[in-house]
Amino acid sequence: MYDVAIIGAGISGMSIARELSKYDLKVCVLEKEVDIAMGTTKANSAIVHAGFDAKPDSLKGMLNAAANRLFDQLSKELDFHFRRNGSLVLCFDKKDIEHLEFLRQQGIQNGVPNLLILDKAAVKEMEPNLSEDVVAALYAPTGGIVCPYEMAIGMAENAYENGVEFYFENKVLDIKKSDDGYRIITDKNTYISKVVINAAGVHSDEINNLVSSNKLNIIPRRGEYCVFDKEVGSYIDKTIFQLPTKLGKGVLVTPTVDGNLLIGPNAVDIDDKDDLSTTKSGLDEILNKASLSIKKMPSHAIIASFTGLRARTEADDFIIGEVPDAKGFINVAGIESPGLSSAPCIAMMVKDIVVEILAPQEKANFNPVRKGIPHFSEMSNEDRQSLIAQNPAYGQIVCRCETVSEGEILSAIHRPLGATTLDGIKRRTRAGSGRCQSGFCMTRVLDILSSELEIKRTEVTKFGGESRLLVGKNKEDV
Amino acid sequence: MQEFDLVIIGGGPAGLGAAVAASEQGIKNILILERENKLGGILNQCIHNGFGLQLFKEELTGPEYAQRFIKMIESKEIRYKTNTMVIDLNRDKLLTAVSKADGIFTIQAKAIILAMGCRERPRGALNIPGTRCSGIFTAGTAQKFVNIKGMMPGKNIVILGSGDIGLIMARRMTLEGAHVNAVVELMPYSAGLTRNIVQCLDDYDIPLMLSHTVTNIVGKDRLEGVFIAPVDENRKPILEMEKFIPCDTLLLSVGLLPENELSKKASVKLSPLTSGAEVDEGRETNIDGIFACGNVLHVHDLVDHVTEESYIAGKAAAKFLKGLRKRSYVIDVIASEGIRYAVPKYINPVNIEKDLELSFRVKDICKDHYVSVYFDNARVTHHKKKILTPGEMQTVKITSEMLSTHSHCRAISIRVEKE
Amino acid sequence: MEQKALVCIGCPLGCRLEVTIENSEVLHVTGQSCKKGWAYAFKEYTNPTRILTTTVVVENGYPEVASVKTEKDIPKNKLFECIKELKEVSLTAPVHINDIVITNVANTGVNVIATTNCEALDTK
Repeated sequence: MYDVAIIGAGISGMSIARELSKYDLKVCVLEKEVDIAMGTTKANSAIVHAGFDAKPDSLKGMLNAAANRLFDQLSKELDFHFRRNGSLVLCFDKKDIEHLEFLRQQGIQNGVPNLLILDKAAVKEMEPNLSEDVVAALYAPTGGIVCPYEMAIGMAENAYENGVEFYFENKVLDIKKSDDGYRIITDKNTYISKVVINAAGVHSDEINNLVSSNKLNIIPRRGEYCVFDKEVGSYIDKTIFQLPTKLGKGVLVTPTVDGNLLIGPNAVDIDDKDDLSTTKSGLDEILNKASLSIKKMPSHAIIASFTGLRARTEADDFIIGEVPDAKGFINVAGIESPGLSSAPCIAMMVKDIVVEILAPQEKANFNPVRKGIPHFSEMSNEDRQSLIAQNPAYGQIVCRCETVSEGEILSAIHRPLGATTLDGIKRRTRAGSGRCQSGFCMTRVLDILSSELEIKRTEVTKFGGESRLLVGKNKEDV
Repeated sequence: MQEFDLVIIGGGPAGLGAAVAASEQGIKNILILERENKLGGILNQCIHNGFGLQLFKEELTGPEYAQRFIKMIESKEIRYKTNTMVIDLNRDKLLTAVSKADGIFTIQAKAIILAMGCRERPRGALNIPGTRCSGIFTAGTAQKFVNIKGMMPGKNIVILGSGDIGLIMARRMTLEGAHVNAVVELMPYSAGLTRNIVQCLDDYDIPLMLSHTVTNIVGKDRLEGVFIAPVDENRKPILEMEKFIPCDTLLLSVGLLPENELSKKASVKLSPLTSGAEVDEGRETNIDGIFACGNVLHVHDLVDHVTEESYIAGKAAAKFLKGLRKRSYVIDVIASEGIRYAVPKYINPVNIEKDLELSFRVKDICKDHYVSVYFDNARVTHHKKKILTPGEMQTVKITSEMLSTHSHCRAISIRVEKE
Repeated sequence: MEQKALVCIGCPLGCRLEVTIENSEVLHVTGQSCKKGWAYAFKEYTNPTRILTTTVVVENGYPEVASVKTEKDIPKNKLFECIKELKEVSLTAPVHINDIVITNVANTGVNVIATTNCEALDTK
């Protein structure tokens, strides 16, 4: 019997899990995939928005700017990468400057500090590689960049250390109201919990519709992105948005917190919640639109492209709260942009609801600090030397592009909620996310996973399910 | 901090050849740093035959070719460290490396030879749309799985790109029990050696689909198939003619890129044409005492050519260490009409003892054309070639007589001419 | 008289050969850069042969498979028969270059030999 069951191990679910782990509550997380952050959290713009975009009376408007302020402390406590690089909204037509002013005013109402409208000269001084067509821009110094899956994993590990239980590869099939709460039936097991939190991302409508007559409908909205080699990672420094142009809503160009350059997303509503394919037209669209912002698109340096799905609802706002016709069932649905930026405050809001229902005690021994995997590539040579002296595996480089050591990969596997797949290793260590995209290190990482997890090499997957990498031995079919 | 006369970064064919050559010139204090667990580089996974015909006059497999050099390294008592990654290098030839055995250590070298080889272009570089399922490998990764681990990455294969590794893997996968549906090539000609088309594709009735490309990748967890389409003269896919090939594996053999991240740290100037360093006749870069050879300099078709080039670099590095190398009166080498690139980029005639060879690749397939060498505006050589293809590196010989005849020449240019 | 175009695979030059055939016999070969061209054309027309390279399992070896080759070229139509024979072979480490893996493979009279060294793993 759990006090709280959280469905979904994305950034919302993990932020909530960590927040609730501060209380004397028995909490579990049910996730259908093999790892944390496998849905929308793994594929988005990785931006911590300043918070001027949403209407002041919306949840988005209320939560974003407030959550933005929490990132400095959170990133220190949970040891994830976060940089306040600032953002610019570019304006390409003098007639549109009033729209920048509108955004500025909206931001002020939302509590965004230090918003400034810059003229062309000031913008170009700040970002020399921006297009000559820029006439002005709204500068938000509090805008930031973060690695969303690193943040979610940090939240998860910390929640785990503070007592939250995790059940992966548990797909929720049904939820039944019972006398003392809810029976959650998954494809593996049945879990009983007083309170259920629906943080199921693009599937949160399905989960809601199992218990409530107030039906939700999530429309997955595809957003495509291209990632560029670190060689061009400092081509620009700020996150560059565009005011909507005659081509429609703009796309962004931003450095990532890991030092790559990222462009995207477009926005196409689709039917299939599992369709993570990129399209020729989509990739062309984002490349074309992003080209408006910068002097020269470094197309030669693209190393990967991907699709993310946003959990769009008709409400055009987050849906957070206890469902009126299902007491103890709390929706955290429709968490599209700025969901990542708002996650810390979404978690607090949900925590308040849970506290009201269950009235738990605060834990005296909550440990807010989580230590991440030491990253060889970011250390001084002195620190490297002493780490290798303690554990020689940190002296063996496995991923040459991102300079990731064997020690980091072993740590990724053996730490709490450790990696079990190639992508799990990649998201925790960056092994395979560099310019060769795992061409060189895949064979080695696969061997390490196989020997550390004591599974056959043919059982090692890219991301769980049937995503196996090897199919058998040589000559088996001859 | 340790000190060495010559440090060679990379223990593949280029590094080994350079070490042997420098040692033969009397350089004693040499160290090879190799990031893999043994010397030999990519040769260890190239288990097919066809290596060494030029150098050893016999047909060896990759591991055998490597072993010949490893034996020479051992008999010359050249020191080497495996499982050692060089993580930093500066223009003063101070390098930092790391290994399990030694931790972090620094070395001051008097000369350095860059021999880090190249990497394969990944899927992202082509921006092929579709899903990010498993079952998409570069040909070289598949080669390592099959030839070193004895493991099959798939059973029903499509290969994109007809580079040599792709062709070789078509045969390897077939022999190990997989079905290879087709090799799909964007260009109207293959990037690989013609003989590999004969013995790797034709022998096994594997179709080579020229002027075609993969337009979409389908599969949720594991690859389920790819769409392919012919391309027009601008290499744009003709989507009306798209068709689906069910397969569980897509191998990519779509080009190699020299691995010059360390070279950049040492301020070595790179050529946009080769993605390798700009070097002179001794394969010395713009930084005094830093040399480059093999696939880190420009991508070669044949290991024999890599070895030849590594001997040039090794000898020149030895000369440099003895204070005998001069850098004066530079002649530019220009890749002119029809030529994609030429190596070296510069010649110091004062260092030429006898002859030298210029390596080059043509831009397009040319039949019955002439390769001409001009010293400034004077055509000095003019040879008819039945066929020139971008997939096969060519050479022209420059003799010391030519250089002395044209003693004030500023530029040597190579051209492809109709007559 | 019949003309046939072949590509010599004797070396990476890949000479494009023009073979003249009369009464099922190779009469004339042009296009070769060396004497191998004629021999190749003759063989390719009468009894095409290839060197086979593949891997065999090495028990307790590092690496866990050894690369091998036929010592000489064997008839092209015997390649898969050889593979089938080699499927059943398992070597014991250590393996050295030139070790005989199997003699007279697929009745070709040709031996298969190792082309790489495999160390024996410590079995503690």
